[in-house]
Amino acid sequence: MDFSVIVDNITYFMIGRYPNGPLGGLGLTLYLAVVSCILSFFGGLILGLLSLSRFAVIRYPVNLVINTVRGLPLLMVIFWMYFLLPALMGKTVPESQTVIMGLTIFTSAYMSQIVRAGIEGIPKGQVEAAISTGLKGWQAMLYIVLPQGMRNMIPSFVNQFVSLIKDTSLAFIVGVSELTHVATQVNNRTMSYPTEIFIFIAAVYFVLCFSFTSFSRWLEKRLAWRKSI
Amino acid sequence: MLHYNFDWSVVTSGKYFEWLVSGLKVTLELSAIGIVGAFLLGLVIAVLKMSHYRPLRWMASAYLEFFRNTPLLVQIFFWYFGSYKILPMAVNDWLNNTNFEFAAAVIALIIYTSAFIAEDIRSGILSIPKEQMEAARSAGFSYLRSMQYIILPQAVRITVPPLVNQFLNLAKNSSLAMTIGVMEVTYQARQVESYTFKGFEAFTAATVVYLGLSVTITTLMDLYNKKVLNAHRA
Repeated sequence: MDFSVIVDNITYFMIGRYPNGPLGGLGLTLYLAVVSCILSFFGGLILGLLSLSRFAVIRYPVNLVINTVRGLPLLMVIFWMYFLLPALMGKTVPESQTVIMGLTIFTSAYMSQIVRAGIEGIPKGQVEAAISTGLKGWQAMLYIVLPQGMRNMIPSFVNQFVSLIKDTSLAFIVGVSELTHVATQVNNRTMSYPTEIFIFIAAVYFVLCFSFTSFSRWLEKRLAWRKSI
Repeated sequence: MLHYNFDWSVVTSGKYFEWLVSGLKVTLELSAIGIVGAFLLGLVIAVLKMSHYRPLRWMASAYLEFFRNTPLLVQIFFWYFGSYKILPMAVNDWLNNTNFEFAAAVIALIIYTSAFIAEDIRSGILSIPKEQMEAARSAGFSYLRSMQYIILPQAVRITVPPLVNQFLNLAKNSSLAMTIGVMEVTYQARQVESYTFKGFEAFTAATVVYLGLSVTITTLMDLYNKKVLNAHRA
């Protein structure tokens, strides 16, 4: 084992050719994960609320979409985006945006289930009380149910973010130069250090994901404790 | 999009249809071998994680955390490109004489999924009241025998629904095997696309395969839940 290949290429692993070229490596991984996470938070919130709608006309199609996406591999969703986005928009779409779109649609479907469970976990009496004090349905949702439900959702959101970090590695397949892609590039260039390279990037992903997993566990304990008072 | 001529016959008959079917077979093989391996390995890890010896517990936790917190794709690449330096010569020779792409993908899928399954099994076992274990031990069973005859048979029943879920995840995750050249269904869909330029049809076919798999298995699981779980609750 000879880890000098890592030391020699460390800036390339971390930020790609930035600032002389586009951002790559771990930097791009984080960028993809954070942007997709923010977008799919809102996507998941909207889908989750719609999937609980009183109107069957809204509820059924939304659930159909959610379950379809959940039934597909992420790879398939990314291929669909790769393929559909240029056709729908009538122009070429940069690969990183294709991946962000794919990750957002995929993760929104999973986030919607978290939102749904969070909302369903709030006792019905809360909505009834809110409505009988004169709030409208959407006000009861916005001011009473969501703020309480959100507390239960936060640890699951963090876990979902961990999955997202891992999922960004699939951007490799459409040629976005994030950490995994950079690793295969360095591997192709140096030829004889695949073990060292893949152990190194596994360790990088692990440190990142494990920190957030631990953070989520800590949050879970802390939020549960606050609630019991 | 507006001027696109759909030609479904490309994927419903002939050579390309056969490609997709052979891809489906490989996907099912990966998933079937994967889930059996992942279940057995997951069972071992779960039992280690609940062991009374701290080093064993610690090892099991390290295994769980490491493999759950690294991307499957990186694990696949590690086994495919990098494992030869850490495996014994005999194993390398044996792997090189088999279908190595398939073997690397299966190993990665088994190890990745076993880390998730171990947690499912563990929570299944923990949901069995600890008096059951105490009763078994005081009736003269050893720890392993109590596990084997008393705890596990009950825990397995509870663990079936999450396991089925893991099986579906595994089937979906097996699509990543295409990155190292395993010719499963996503790989074949892509092949069909590059040979015919009928990408829309090809990816629809692969989508239908995955959704068909999900719907079939989810339906079976609902039946199981109704029949087995409710029967035992009653």
